Amino acid sequence: MSVLVYTENWDGKFKKLSFELVSYAKAIADQLNTEAVAVSIGNVEEDELKKLGNYGAKKIFNVQDEKLKNLANQPYAKIIAQVAEKEDANVLVFANNFTGKAVAPRVSVKLKAGLAGGVIELPSSLDPFMVKRKVFTNKAFANIKIKSEKKVLTLFQNSFEIKETENAASIENFTPEFSDADFRTEVKEVNKVTGKILLTDAEIVVSGGRGMKSPEKWEPLEELAEVLGGATACSRPVSDEGWRPHEEHVGQTGKIIAPNLYIALGISGAIQHLGGVSSSKIIVAVNTDKDAPIFEAADYGIVGDVHKILPQFIEAVKEVKAEG
Amino acid sequence: MKILVCISNVPDTTTKIKFKEDNKVFDTTGVQWIINPWDELALTRALELKEGSGGKIEKVSVALVGDKSSEPTIRKALAIGADDAFRVDTDPGDSFYVATQLKEIAKDYDIVLCGIESSDYTSSAVGGMLSEMLEWPSVSSVSRLNIEGDDVSIRREIDGGQEIVSSQMPFVGIVQKGIALEPRIPAMRGIMMARKKPLNVLEPIEAETLTEYENFEMPPPKAAVKLVDEENVKELVELLKNEAKAI
Amino acid sequence: MNFNFTEEQEMIRQAARDFAQRELIKDVIERDEKAIFPTQHVKMLKELGFLGMMVDPAYGGGGMDTLSYVLAMEEISKVDSSVAVIMSVHNSLVCYGIEKWGTEEQKEKYLKIMASGEKIGAFLLSEPEAGSDATSQRTMAEDKGDHYLVNGTKNWITNANCGEIYILIAQTHPEKKHHGINAFIVDKETTGISLAPHEDKMGMRSSDTHSVMFSDVKIPKENRIGEDGFGFKFAMKILEGGRIGIAAQALGIAGGALERSIQYSKERKAFGKLISQHQAIAFKLSDMAVKIEAGKNFTYKAAWLKDEGQQYGVAGAMAKQYCADMAMEVTTDAVQIHGGYGYVKEYHVERLMREAKLTQIYEGTSEIQKIVISRALLKD
Repeated sequence: MSVLVYTENWDGKFKKLSFELVSYAKAIADQLNTEAVAVSIGNVEEDELKKLGNYGAKKIFNVQDEKLKNLANQPYAKIIAQVAEKEDANVLVFANNFTGKAVAPRVSVKLKAGLAGGVIELPSSLDPFMVKRKVFTNKAFANIKIKSEKKVLTLFQNSFEIKETENAASIENFTPEFSDADFRTEVKEVNKVTGKILLTDAEIVVSGGRGMKSPEKWEPLEELAEVLGGATACSRPVSDEGWRPHEEHVGQTGKIIAPNLYIALGISGAIQHLGGVSSSKIIVAVNTDKDAPIFEAADYGIVGDVHKILPQFIEAVKEVKAEG
Repeated sequence: MKILVCISNVPDTTTKIKFKEDNKVFDTTGVQWIINPWDELALTRALELKEGSGGKIEKVSVALVGDKSSEPTIRKALAIGADDAFRVDTDPGDSFYVATQLKEIAKDYDIVLCGIESSDYTSSAVGGMLSEMLEWPSVSSVSRLNIEGDDVSIRREIDGGQEIVSSQMPFVGIVQKGIALEPRIPAMRGIMMARKKPLNVLEPIEAETLTEYENFEMPPPKAAVKLVDEENVKELVELLKNEAKAI
Repeated sequence: MNFNFTEEQEMIRQAARDFAQRELIKDVIERDEKAIFPTQHVKMLKELGFLGMMVDPAYGGGGMDTLSYVLAMEEISKVDSSVAVIMSVHNSLVCYGIEKWGTEEQKEKYLKIMASGEKIGAFLLSEPEAGSDATSQRTMAEDKGDHYLVNGTKNWITNANCGEIYILIAQTHPEKKHHGINAFIVDKETTGISLAPHEDKMGMRSSDTHSVMFSDVKIPKENRIGEDGFGFKFAMKILEGGRIGIAAQALGIAGGALERSIQYSKERKAFGKLISQHQAIAFKLSDMAVKIEAGKNFTYKAAWLKDEGQQYGVAGAMAKQYCADMAMEVTTDAVQIHGGYGYVKEYHVERLMREAKLTQIYEGTSEIQKIVISRALLKD
């Protein structure tokens, strides 16, 4: 028996999310009195792989093959299922991100394992296996029972605390069985945004709404994001109007994010918007209308004009940062 | 060439979510039902592809697993332009169960499109499961889809960027925002024609569910907002640092 | 009695709602303020099939019933009555008139291009000195054997500019009074027709309203609708149906005002609580909702009677009078609920209030409706 976690890499590196996943898998393994095992697909150096051990992975299966450089759902699922079978994994953990959502359902069919997507806590009971997950685009939670012998979970980002442990992991190269017939999709081109903090990764997100008044007035918002080391986002009306690119749209039908700090500038906070950001740990709202619904969701707020407040905000952050 | 779009019937996105019977059941009182927004975009793109294919794509169908109360949603899909529809007459159960039902219909198609998630139970699983059951390739987070001859060109969203992917047919595309600009509003002509389009009701096949909802809960209420005077932004920043430990 | 909408009626209502809330809402304030004609939106009305939606599919129409049309009018009027009135004149006056009383040749030639929305219709009845009193038509249509020769001026004509096919009401036999009136289908491009400048209106400012002048305009004989002298009866019959459309419009204006008031009162706080939690506001909302519900019953019933092929004249008059007056009250309340915000353009309700006013005036003032209703009551 074991708990298997799939740890995706980004250009050969892991990130916070990977460690969160391993910490989570390790905690479930503790509940089950078993071990957490990780599987990595793609080119990752040994030093980097070893990092996963610091969060409790006992063994790391390293799958390297030139063909597996880019995500292909079918072979990836096949490989992860092979490792799961080899290790007799009865719980599998994925991230609830693009890759996790692409691969986990396929693995779940292969293992005939019930799937719970977007889980936010450790299982509340093991028999029956009960776990809490987000439903209704984050407006509610459900306690779901997985009835099958094997279970597949995708973990909602930033919902589990990262825990370092004294542990050394062994690395095992794994040669999966697959054939050319498994590769029926091919990545032709990769366009990555570089040098910018990704919205879904960002600890701090600074977001603008219609209250920013016009697309030309975004500069101070971007500056605030920069001094805070955060990413920029926007509300739906703003992306619909073409003031900001669609990739920045957060909300129920846009990106769903859960940063540590979400700063909403000139966003009134329609229910659809809150659906995409309500999982943020701390929400700060700046709005001229003291009765805007965003203040209901916010932890801190200022009633006032965004453009008057922004310069002071930027200065204050700089000062506080300088104070250390 | 034929395209199948899998749709689900979900509460309107502005619905205030409530539960009843000791939080065991979703309270549907007063709920307006709509086509799951991601599915609707998938359907919109499928229709655009058909219209631009010069007859190469001969048919766009929709399939839904659900009871008779979901028929208005199916009729709307027909009014928007789907050629025919399938409804598997059963309670949707869980993602595994739904995918098992859809597989029977999907196997006769060349391209199957599903929304990346449904705005109700949000499992993001049916499309992926379906592709595995069919043993077809799948591409997720599809934000653009083009068909030129027999080549399928896909843009898929990845963390921090996009990839251009080609896929062999048949395949399952799991689509997200961007695939089509906006869902279509059905025209009177479409609504009139939807009367005559076939809506095939199928009996469910024997299948199991692997998961079950025990109960639901609402997020705990948030403490009241702490307001800081607009003349004193520094105080806010200090609170964020010292109290919230967020910066 | 069945008060449920059919699945199809519900779908049409939703389609109109999506169109209104997604498309019409954009820049509606600016269109109203600057009296910009909604060219793009009329094109969308055509693409969605709202122009000609009740016309028999044999002529390329949508074949929908009156209730569906009422629901569409209602949703569109919640957002932009200028667009709604373009649609209402085209559908309930012009398309309906030609479909019901036109010859097969007239339908082939004119109804088909209107049912598809390719050409828009206008209805020319009012005159500078014949508004409510439609019997005293001064525009003359002299019978010249193979054609009619028209001279005169028509007033307050909706779609005068965007419309390309007119239904004109004019006097041929003054000695016969209103029994001498005729109705004609007129191509706007006919020599001798000219438009006065666009009227600068209080509300529905982006629909085009003009006076239309006729100077020696020749109208072919075959363009007369019905027998010689049928024009007045024809106009009255058409207005009977038109009233249902205007009742639906008023209903929509009131409904839009209520929707906005509910939303606003759930967001706005006063004295430490949401204004919706103050009884003064909550009761006002309740009164508005009751009135709108009553208006729905009047209007949907009138539409139902028409669809059932029963007499709907009085029911339509009641619906129009009640809904128009009700819309005026409800929008006034909506402005009151919004306080100062209600008095500025950004919050839409002042515009709805201006739009409501017109529903009490056009296609028969509220007073005219009372004449219609009381005459029916007092008839021996």
